[in-house]
Amino acid sequence: MANNNNGDVKLIGAWPSPFVMRSRIAFNIKSVEYEFLEEKFGSKSELLLKSNPVHKKIPVLLHNDKPICESNIIVEYIDEVWSAGPSILPSDAHDRAVARFWAAYVDEKWFPNVRGALNASSEEAKNAAVGQLKEGMALLEGAYEEISKGKDFFGGEKIGFIDIAFGSMLAWLRALQVMLGGVKLLDEEKTPGLCKWADKFSADPAVKDVLPETDKIIEFAKLLVAKNKAAAASS
Amino acid sequence: MADQGEVKLLKTWSSLFGLRVVWALKLKGIPYESVDEDLTNKSDLLLQYNPVHTKVPVLIHNGKSICESLVILEYIDETWSQNPPRLLPRDPIQRASARFWAKFMDEKVNLELLELLMAQALPSMWQAFTKEGREQEEGVASIAENLKLLEAELEGKKFLGGEEIGIPDFALGWLVNLVPVFEEILGLKIVDEERHPSLSEWSRRISDIPVIEESWPPRDKLVTKWAAIRDHFLATARASSG
Repeated sequence: MANNNNGDVKLIGAWPSPFVMRSRIAFNIKSVEYEFLEEKFGSKSELLLKSNPVHKKIPVLLHNDKPICESNIIVEYIDEVWSAGPSILPSDAHDRAVARFWAAYVDEKWFPNVRGALNASSEEAKNAAVGQLKEGMALLEGAYEEISKGKDFFGGEKIGFIDIAFGSMLAWLRALQVMLGGVKLLDEEKTPGLCKWADKFSADPAVKDVLPETDKIIEFAKLLVAKNKAAAASS
Repeated sequence: MADQGEVKLLKTWSSLFGLRVVWALKLKGIPYESVDEDLTNKSDLLLQYNPVHTKVPVLIHNGKSICESLVILEYIDETWSQNPPRLLPRDPIQRASARFWAKFMDEKVNLELLELLMAQALPSMWQAFTKEGREQEEGVASIAENLKLLEAELEGKKFLGGEEIGIPDFALGWLVNLVPVFEEILGLKIVDEERHPSLSEWSRRISDIPVIEESWPPRDKLVTKWAAIRDHFLATARASSG
C-alpha cells in the first residue's frame, strides 16, 4: 500500500504507453506515491479486464479499489482529489475549456496519425499521415504561442493539462521522426516554440523519469508493428 | 447567479451535438441567442470562433468561444454553477464516471450508429460484396454489444448520472429522437422494449422533460435529411467501385 493518507493508489499501465505517462506525470506533480502494476506486452491481466471491462485498455487508476479509466479523465480526477498540490487544470473556466479542447484534439485528431504513419501499408498512406501530423504541429505551435503567453509551458510557469496531454507524446514523436527517415515534426523553423517547449517539458522533474528514451521506444515500436502486421495477416 | 453576459450559440437546425447545449442552457434558464449555420456556407462568425474545426456547436460567451459539445457542457456547468441542475456530480469518482460514459457515447454508440446507417446502404444492392456484408453484420453486433453495456449501466437508475439528469444523459439524449429515424430508414429495430427495458424507460423519461420535448428538430425533416445523406453515400460508393 502506498501513502496511507492518500488511500490505496494503484496504476495499471505499461512504460511505453503515452496515455499511461499522463497519469504518472500527474502523480509526480502532486507528489503522490502509487503502486505501478505493469501489464505484460501481448496479454491483458485479469485485474485490467475486471477494472476496465468496457475498453480493456490501460491506464486504469485504482483508488481504494475504485477504477477510473481514460487517461485525460484520470488526470482530471488526480487534480480534483489531490487539490492541495500544484494545480494541473487552470482556474479560469474559459481557460479550462481551452485546455480540454486541445487535449481532446491531441487524442482525436493528432494521435491517430501517429498510428497511421507507423502501421501504413503503403508510401502513399504513410505520406498522408505525415502530412496530417505536420498540419497538426502547425496548429499546436499556434496554440502554444497563444496560450503560453510567453511563458515556458501551455500551463504558464508550470506544467498544465495540455502540456501533459501533448508532452506525453514526445517520446513517440521523436521515435517517429527517426523511424520515418528523419522527417521533421519538431522543426526549428516551422515550430520553434514547440521545440523549446519540448526540451523544457522533457527536463521537468515530474517528467524526466517517466518519458522513455527515444531508442527504447523505437525498439518497442518495431515489436508493436510486427505484432499488428501478424494480427492483420491472420484475420 | 453568475453575470450572464452575452451568450450566443452557433449550431444547425439538425445538429444533435448542438441540441445538447440547447438543453443545458434552457434547463439552467440561461438566456442566449441562437444562430443556425448553413454548413455549406459557413459564416464569418463560425470561421472566426472555431478556426481549428469550423464545426458546430460553438458557444460564444462575452466574446470568447468554447468548442466541442462536451467541453461546452462542462463550461456551462462551471460558469453557471448556481443554476440548477448540476450537470456533473460533486464527487470526483462520480464525475470521472460521468465523463467516461459521455465519452463512450460519442466514441462508440453515436459513431457506430452513423456507420451502421452507411454500411446498411450497401448490402441490399451488392450481395457479392461479402466484405460489406460482414462489416455490416459486425456493425450491427457492435451496436448491440454497446447498447447492452448501456442497458446494464442504466439498470436501477433514473438517469445515467443517477437521480438527476447530467452530462452523460445529454450525450446519449439524441438517441431518443434519432434512433427511430434511423430505424425507419433502415427498416430494422435497434432499440426495443424487450432487450432494452431500462434504456426504453430512460428514453421516455428524457422525452417527458418539457425543455427537451419542445426542442427536438422536426422528425420528418430529419428523415428526409438522413435518407438523402444515405442516398448520396450510396451513389458515391457505386461511382467509385465502377
